[in-house]
Amino acid sequence: MLNPAFETKEILLNSRTIAEKCMKCGRCSAACPSYEQMDIRPHQFVSYLMRGDVDGLLSSTTLWKCLSCFACVQRCPRGVAPAQLIESVRLAAIRQKGGDGITVEDVVGELDDEMPQQLLVAAFRKYKG
Amino acid sequence: MIFDYYPGCTLNTKAKELDIFARKAAEKLGFELREIEDWQCCGAVYPMGADVVASKTPSVRALKASQDNGRALVTLCSACHHVLKRVNRDAAEDAEFRATLTAYDEELEYNGGTEVLHFLEVLRDKIGFDKVKAAVTNPLIGRKIGAYYGCMLLRPGAVMAFDDPESPTIIEDFIKALGATPVTYAMRNECCGGYISLAEKEMSAKMCHAVAEDAVRRGAEELITACPLCAYNVKKQAGDILPITYFTKLLAEALGLDGEEAKANA
Repeated sequence: MLNPAFETKEILLNSRTIAEKCMKCGRCSAACPSYEQMDIRPHQFVSYLMRGDVDGLLSSTTLWKCLSCFACVQRCPRGVAPAQLIESVRLAAIRQKGGDGITVEDVVGELDDEMPQQLLVAAFRKYKG
Repeated sequence: MIFDYYPGCTLNTKAKELDIFARKAAEKLGFELREIEDWQCCGAVYPMGADVVASKTPSVRALKASQDNGRALVTLCSACHHVLKRVNRDAAEDAEFRATLTAYDEELEYNGGTEVLHFLEVLRDKIGFDKVKAAVTNPLIGRKIGAYYGCMLLRPGAVMAFDDPESPTIIEDFIKALGATPVTYAMRNECCGGYISLAEKEMSAKMCHAVAEDAVRRGAEELITACPLCAYNVKKQAGDILPITYFTKLLAEALGLDGEEAKANA
């Protein structure tokens, strides 16, 4: 594990968004189609980062439930991009050994004949980086 | 009129109809989609991390090829369109990104000069829906069609600049031009679940049901999309509620191009 303060700073920098602008209105969570499946909801996710609780986020189910549909980004009245914060923590997770969200073996049983390449390429990018 | 064309991985394989009917329709409407050489997969998702550069190089190569050709770059797939437009913006506005690219490979020197267009934007902004309407020989009168935008065409609105991200009209205007009746419904710009359907089918099923049920409630009898992943998810998870097809197939049918073939494949 890296120095937590250093890691938080890196994650915030890599997100290309300014989390401090958040005013905790919850609009991002209201817009999120994966809200019910997330253990840390989008508005909470922003707060975790603000107080530097990266460990809590690295083990969060939220990393694997965000669809990158950008509803939260579009609807934030303060111009914060929660999806980019989630992506930045997800990248930190999958860059750790054993941190992938899915394995190749998991994928094999899920294939079907109609499945578009787009789905597989996207899933590998999201789950494995 | 000639446009450069980036088909992307899925249009050569599982979403051939999205590609074939677009090329045929373009010919009838007086423009050509000229496939760029040696294009590589865009990666299907836009890499959001500031330090992710390598995954953007296939997009940069395609964008630069179009700049060298002096033509706009047209896409059909929502994902390709999304990734190319956003990488193009990065190349235009992010000096650090440009510097990293050229440090990696001098041939990647590119400043975002290419115009990236979705096929629907070509129809609206370059050809004009009035011209499309005039070319229709088989107006789809009486068909009640819902536009399924999904997420990637519209958001983030500031970069995509495709249409109003919360209240889009481009596909509804397209449907009108073909003689059919567009059905506006609230869920038309909500997500189908995207790649999550690989491992979490029930999540995607719930989202697709919400979209399809809302469309039916507002009177839609069919949906159209520009995205192979939306098409797959909705067909798979909510295909029993209403059918979904590619917008290009509908266009070809209205233009009288292989109408029977288009119907048979519906």
